[in-house]
Amino acid sequence: MATTAAGGMNRFYLVLAAVVVIGLAALGYSALRPSPVSIPANVTVVAADTAGFRGYLLGSASAPVEVTDYADYQCPACGTFEAVQFPDIQSRLIAGGRVRWRYRDFPLNQHQHARLAAHAAACADDQGKYWPMHRFLYEGQSDWAEASDRAASDEIRGYARSAGVDLGKYDACMSSAKHAGRIQASLDEGEKLGVNSTPTLLIAGRLYPGVMTYDGLRHLVDSLAPPSKP
Amino acid sequence: MKARMAAALLSLVGLFVAVYLYLYKIGRIGTLACGTGSCEAVQLSRWSRFLGVDVALIGAVGYAGLFLLAMIALQPALAGRRWPAAWLAVLSGIGVLFSLYLSYLELFVLHAICRWCVGSALIITAVFIASLVAVRGVEARPRRA
Repeated sequence: MATTAAGGMNRFYLVLAAVVVIGLAALGYSALRPSPVSIPANVTVVAADTAGFRGYLLGSASAPVEVTDYADYQCPACGTFEAVQFPDIQSRLIAGGRVRWRYRDFPLNQHQHARLAAHAAACADDQGKYWPMHRFLYEGQSDWAEASDRAASDEIRGYARSAGVDLGKYDACMSSAKHAGRIQASLDEGEKLGVNSTPTLLIAGRLYPGVMTYDGLRHLVDSLAPPSKP
Repeated sequence: MKARMAAALLSLVGLFVAVYLYLYKIGRIGTLACGTGSCEAVQLSRWSRFLGVDVALIGAVGYAGLFLLAMIALQPALAGRRWPAAWLAVLSGIGVLFSLYLSYLELFVLHAICRWCVGSALIITAVFIASLVAVRGVEARPRRA
């Protein structure tokens, strides 16, 4: 009987040890992953930050109207604009050759992860995956906007994976914060123009703050460059 | 003895779950493996603290205490004594009540469910049941032919 009891205790201690090993390994894996990326604000912009870059472009270079969109990935109104208005704008005005779209980052200070998201998009752009990343960031906005730094970083990294970005290069780009100056330059440019909220569209030298509807934009574009009649 | 062993093992698993949630709470873990649940909504809510202390920390300390008590209860010298099992039942019973309170908050106040919290509630309930079995000495009763 004593031998049976001792055998039972030995088995119990074995199972206990296995639980400890598995538990510690799982906790260690979760806790020791790299720290979340932080993209600095108010960095000094140098010439190289903006060389050859004036925003993310969509549409034909010969389109008669250029629209510059100053937006923030974490701003709910920008998310609404992207989800509700932009699909029509893209399929009818941009794809139709009427509008050239220029997206400029305007990360607002009150949005904790706005620069992180803008930087992630810039890193995706390095690999030619900007627009898929742009779409994922807005579609998933509610999943990362209020999350912790690490959770937001992980969530956004997941979008990079979904967009087909090489994650090794992405991680290197993010940890070096190489595009922080470019994002700051974009913000500075918007502020100089008078942008103080997002989204704000710049069309023919005038600012249009707020969510502009597809219909409103189409009328504006038609008034600036009347469509040619067949 | 099997009921005490079960209580010890379950308490250890519960301890790891609680430590995992606490590490998230203090920012050491970025994303909770939560599937489609609302773990972050629950863990970042104001209800994730109780009397100024993180609920996950309370859970970790509670499970650690239960685990130690269960290990003490397993010592051969205490095998025939009922008091260690009785204490296990009392403490895990308090844990069950606390879990019920937290589950109520999730369902009716936050309207969000954290799978890890549900898991912890199931674990503490299982510890409580194992403790009751140990107290009543059901396992020790000789079987009738």
